Order: sequence, then C-alpha cells, then structure tokens
Amino acid sequence: MCSRFPIEVAALVAILLAGCNKGPQQALPAEQPSRPGVIDSALDPGVDHSLVTTDPRAAAYYNNADAVNTGKHLFAQYNCSGCHSNGGGGMGPDLMDDVWIYGSRLEQIHQTLVDGRPNGMPSWGNKVPDQQLWQLAAYVRSMSLPQTLAAQTDNTPSQTPAPVPPEADQGAGWAPPAATTNDYTTTIKGAD
Amino acid sequence: MRIAALMLTLTVAPLVAAAQTMPSPVPQSEIFTREEIGHALAPPTPEAGRTAPSIANAPEDDGQWTMPSKNYASTRFSSLTEITPNNVKDLKPDFSFSLAVNKGQEAAPIVADNTMYVVTAYPNIVYALDLTKPGAPLKWIFAPKPAPASQGLACCDVVNRGGTVSNGKYIFNTLDGQTIAVDVKTGSAVWRTQLGDINRGETITMAPLVAKGRVYVGDSGGEMGVHGWIVALDENSGKLLWRGYSTGPDAQVLIGSDFKPHYPSDQGKDLGVQSWPPQAWEIGGGAVWGWVTYDPELDMIYHGVGNPGPWNNEQRPGDNKWTAGIFARDPATGSARWHYQYSPHDERDYDGVNEQILLDMPFAGKMQKVLIHPDRDGYLYVIERNTGTVLSADPFAPVNSTKGIDLQTGRPIINPAKQVRLGETVRDICPTASGGKDWNPSSFSPQTGLLYIPHENICMDWTSAEVNYIAGTPYVGALVLMKPGPGGNRGELTAWDPVQRRPAWAVKENFPIWSGTVVTAGDLVFYGTMDGWFKAVNARTGDLLWRYKVDSGIISQPISYRGPDGHQYIAVLSGVGGWAGAVVSGPVDPRDGSAALGMVNVMSDLPKYTTAGGALYVFSLPH
Repeated sequence: MCSRFPIEVAALVAILLAGCNKGPQQALPAEQPSRPGVIDSALDPGVDHSLVTTDPRAAAYYNNADAVNTGKHLFAQYNCSGCHSNGGGGMGPDLMDDVWIYGSRLEQIHQTLVDGRPNGMPSWGNKVPDQQLWQLAAYVRSMSLPQTLAAQTDNTPSQTPAPVPPEADQGAGWAPPAATTNDYTTTIKGAD
Repeated sequence: MRIAALMLTLTVAPLVAAAQTMPSPVPQSEIFTREEIGHALAPPTPEAGRTAPSIANAPEDDGQWTMPSKNYASTRFSSLTEITPNNVKDLKPDFSFSLAVNKGQEAAPIVADNTMYVVTAYPNIVYALDLTKPGAPLKWIFAPKPAPASQGLACCDVVNRGGTVSNGKYIFNTLDGQTIAVDVKTGSAVWRTQLGDINRGETITMAPLVAKGRVYVGDSGGEMGVHGWIVALDENSGKLLWRGYSTGPDAQVLIGSDFKPHYPSDQGKDLGVQSWPPQAWEIGGGAVWGWVTYDPELDMIYHGVGNPGPWNNEQRPGDNKWTAGIFARDPATGSARWHYQYSPHDERDYDGVNEQILLDMPFAGKMQKVLIHPDRDGYLYVIERNTGTVLSADPFAPVNSTKGIDLQTGRPIINPAKQVRLGETVRDICPTASGGKDWNPSSFSPQTGLLYIPHENICMDWTSAEVNYIAGTPYVGALVLMKPGPGGNRGELTAWDPVQRRPAWAVKENFPIWSGTVVTAGDLVFYGTMDGWFKAVNARTGDLLWRYKVDSGIISQPISYRGPDGHQYIAVLSGVGGWAGAVVSGPVDPRDGSAALGMVNVMSDLPKYTTAGGALYVFSLPH
C-alpha cells in the first residue's frame, strides 16, 4: 500500500494500487504505515486527484443550527474572538474569506483546533471537550457561507451563523465548492 | 432532493455589500475645546529662557544616529543643515534595500561608524550595510530565528521598534522575548538572554535603551493578561541586574524608601495590590512596551506603563496601580523614585508608554527640568521630572473621555457621559483606544521651540463584555468599533508650542500618522504616511515642500545622518502594518469592523491605497 488513507474510500484503493505500479511512483516508499487521519496538505503525491476523507464524527455537525450557535458562544468564551475577532482576524488570520491554509472541511478545522498550528494557533485538544471543538469548527466554517455573510447588517459579521450544509465539504477543503463561499477579496479596486 | 434544493438556495443567496461602510466622523460638538479643558499651574513665561535639551542629555551632534531617539533627551533633532526648505525639492533616492519581510516596519535605521543597521518585523532579521561603498552593500545578516508561535501573541502586528549600537554591539529584542547583542564587526551574537515567556502572553516589540553599561527592556502583552515588567541587563554579559514589575506588592515593583510620588493617591503601602480585586494584579497587564529614557543629569530612567487588563474595567475595580502611568527609577537598582498615573482605572486602553522628551523649559518665571509626554489619552503633559509634578496638561487631539486634568490631585476629571458600562454601547468616545497618538515618537527642534507630534484623529464606540483569563490567549473583553474624529481626516501632524501651550500649525492627513517624525537644523520635518508618501514640510509653517512615493505605507522612524562623504542623508523604512495597518499586513478581512481590536472599522479603505511591503530608502541631494 502506498496510501496513507486506505480505509475511507474503498473504491479508490484499486486506483492507488494501480498507481503504485507505474514507473515514476516507484520512487515513493512501497510501504507506508497506515494512519487514518485528516489530510493537512492539498498535495497528495502518487495519485492524480485529491483524496477526500470523512471523519464520521463530523456528520452530526452539518445542517446543525445548534452547533453553529453554540460555537458562536464558545468562540467568545475561549477567547478565539480575541485573535480572530468576528471572523475578520487581527492577531490571528481572518476566517470569513475563502482562503483555507489547512483546509475548510469540518474535520480539517477540527484538526487545527485539536493540534494547533505552528505560527501562533494554540492547541486545544486536551483542554476543551471534543464536542465543543466540533461546534467551534462548525461556527468557523459558517463564517464564510453566503447566508452568514448575507445576514450581516452592520460592521460586525458572523452574528447570525447559518448551519453548514454537507455540500460545503464536498471538495478537498482548499477550494470550497462553488456556491458555498462568498468571496469579495479577489478583486480590490483602487481609490479614485 | 433535499440537497438539490439546498444547493439552489446557496446559489441565489443575495450578496452583501462588497466594501465595508466607513463610519461618519464624530461631530465637532462632541469634543471639548482646548480652552475648556487645558490646565496649567501658571501662565506662560517665555521670557524666562529658551526651551532646549541640556548638553548632557543631547550632546553635540556627531552626524551618527546610534539610538532610535537620537539622544537621551529623545529630541530626534539632527543638526545637519545641507538640506533646506529651498533645496529639498531636489532630494532623490540614493539607494533602497528590500527587507524581505512584508509586515509592519516600525524601526529606526541606526548609523554608527559608517555602517547602517536595520532590524525587521518578525522574524527580526538584522542587516548591516556598508555606507562607505556605492550602493551600501551588505556586511552581514543576523537571523535570530524567534519561535514562530510568538506571532500569535502580538496584539498589533509582529512589529519591532529598533535596536541600538553601543560599544561595538548592536542590541535589539525579538518577538519571542529575547534580548540579543550582536558584534558589529562579525555579525555574530555576543550574548542572548531569554526574558519573556510566550505561554504567559509575553512578547517584546520595544527598542531597548542602552545607557551607562546597562540595557533596559520591557515586555509587550497588555492584551494577554501579562504581569508587566522592565529589566536591566548588564551590557557586556546580558546578565539580569534587576526586574521591576508594574503591579503587585511594593517589593516586586521595587518601591522602597526612595519612593516619593507627588500626589496623595500614589502614596501608601502595596498599592499595586490594594488597588485591585484579589489576585487581579497578577494578570493585570502593565506591559512596558514603549520608550525608556535615561537622564544623565538627574541619574534617573523614565518609562511608561501600559494599559491594565482586561479592557473590561468592571472586572478590575480600583485604580489598578501602577498601570497607565510613568515611573522614574534609579538606573542601577530599579528602585522607584516617583510615579504618576495618567489614567487611574483606565477604561479605554490608554497605555502610558508614549515617548518622553527631556527639556529645560521656562515655566512660572524660571527654567525647569521637564519631560514632555503626549499621551494616548489625548493630553500633552509637561512634568517637572525631579518630582513628577504635572505643570500643564492640554489636549493636542480631540478629547471627550475626560474633562481635563485636575492639577491639584493629578487625576483626570471623569466625563460621566463617556464612562463605559458592561453590556452597554457607549458611542463617540474620543480619543480612541489607540489614542490621541500611539507609540510613534515626536521630535523637538531647539531652533523653533516646537514639538512635532505625529498623531491620530480617531474616536470609537465601545461595548464591554465578560472575558475569561486563559494563559497565552487574549484577555480583552470589549467590542470596539473605531470611527474618524471631527472633520473626517484620520491623522494630523501638529507642531506644538509647549511654552505657550498651543499648536503653532497643523497638517491634516487622510490616514492616521503611524510614523515618527525627525526634525533637522535645516528647519525641515520628515514623516511618512500610511498610503506610502514620505514627506518633508517646513518646520516653521508646515508647508509641504517635497514628497516621494515608496513601495508600501510608512509607519517607521525616519532619521537624518552624515554619510562618509560628508553629505546629509535621510533614511526611512517602508512597510505598512502595525495596529492601524493590520488590515493590509494581516491577513485581516475589511468586512469585519471589529477586527484588529476595532481598528479595521476606521481603516477598511487602506487596501485600496497600499499593499504590504518592506524596504529601506535613503535620500540625499545630488552631489
């Protein structure tokens, strides 16, 4: 096996195995320890497409209005808002645009919360109940949803978070599926 | 079917406005006039003498620029006269140098022995450039490699305010809490001392002061619930000599029998504990992230103390000593001589860390030793620096948060209309959290007798909220939304006459001025704007005489020096960022007005004017 994620998508295993037998891929180690987990990089060497894993624990947090609303309160309670404001960022990066350094899928956001990230994101894995981390992940994912952005009535966004639809996580996480994001930062017009 | 229907909903969801709305300026009627709230212990007596720093505090200019403030008096006055109001129109860039870091560059270039030293924002790279050769080639690069996680602790961009050359060493601080001395000849570290702990929210952004064999350094982290401190290190070894905390028992604050504060409310035992709820002083902020000044005449150091934490004042009833004020200390022992609290029980993030400029000034018919301090709270304080007595306090920026400073008690007069209350939004508070001005230093010319104050014209709406203390995370508890002050121009350069207690002239700027100023004996004032103009104005009139557009906005400290060829040069760093420029150096989204502690609300248009960058520019006349 050359795949690190063989268990989730059985149909892909055959393709992967086929890939392992092609010439150029021989440079990769023939055997990799099998580790189910969250993909942290959009680069997935040895295959000609991105793998999508699905953590079964994430399922309960889609289409879940409770999750995003509870997440919103937790976001303030755990001082997330101290760095990320109401999604616009400050000490930490903004969360309401369509740029996802470590992926936009709920399981990827959850992973960021659990492990932290090297440039200043703390690791919360052993400090906050796991359910709350999923609720926080759902709120963070909701910030850039079109409905959440459309509900903004003043200069404070993310106050009416929309539930996260499952199709928001259909892609691999670095480029959110069409119509599940609402980006205004691609074009900035200069001042007159 | 259900999914398909939902997809349709997503596709037709209405779009919100692409640009965030710029709030309306606060009306002039909300602001007190200078005549209403300015106070002095005596009327002006200009006939008693000329305002100037003493020779001890500002020795004769050798053409170098070895410390950010130029001299101990912190005048940032260059005695060079080659560049004048008549010829400044011919000023041209001589060379530029990429800093390879696109974050807010707040440092002053340093010039010593024909070498220029520049330290960048995180990762705090130091460059040494040889000024004797064409194009100023690199002599060495020193990369301290601070811990990447420290970036997540910096409240207001990952800035650094510069280093100092002393006795063959370039001494500077790193974001992750180190002080490092680098051999100027070899570019290798002579010593490095770890002072801050990022897991307690401590970072370092300030420029160290080096004086008489000691290095003075303080922490940042007033938004992270730190227990603020200043230390003295031995200049040769980096060994810790003393540490004075800003809050806590007298023993920790280094308050002993030498402590003689002028005002009764600063007198008493363990006020750094008694003026707080139990244990709140341990996480009460009071970072020392601004300017430390040494006074060889009186043998004292002076340093401001930052805001108390959290911003939500209802979690910390009491005066919260010794935050939001200034200490005079014995340089050898750290022992406190006096303290003055600009903002007892600060409700608005008015750090007391701005520059203090040491001058001999006529007051009440005689020459007095004063320090001049334009504070975040919007007042220009003139303080007799032997005793810590406030001689005058006048607003230099729009103020309505207080109704003047009571010079009998030393305390600000509260304006009940602008007092904040938990869960209630108080609107149009002036100045804003970042102040009438922030850290970026003024300059003083003994030729004109004027102080050149680069500052803001910004106000705010404030809503306090309960906040939990979690070590290593922000400890703020306020939703702030900033807005332009009266007139709508967000910045101003004010030439202030400290003797007459009034502005001589002022220049309005669209954006807040986040750069320092330098003034020259040619009667020119240089400063930069956040949209990337480097400007020279006439020091006597404020008339714009020259400007040059650089790659990115300017928030640094310009300097003037004499090159190896005997000619006068002007140097400045570009690189927008800092608290006010975070919306560009971010990543920060302009649609969230509360982002960057509410600053984005009033800076959301900056991305239309400038991009992130970072370069050194050096200018001279053709020769």
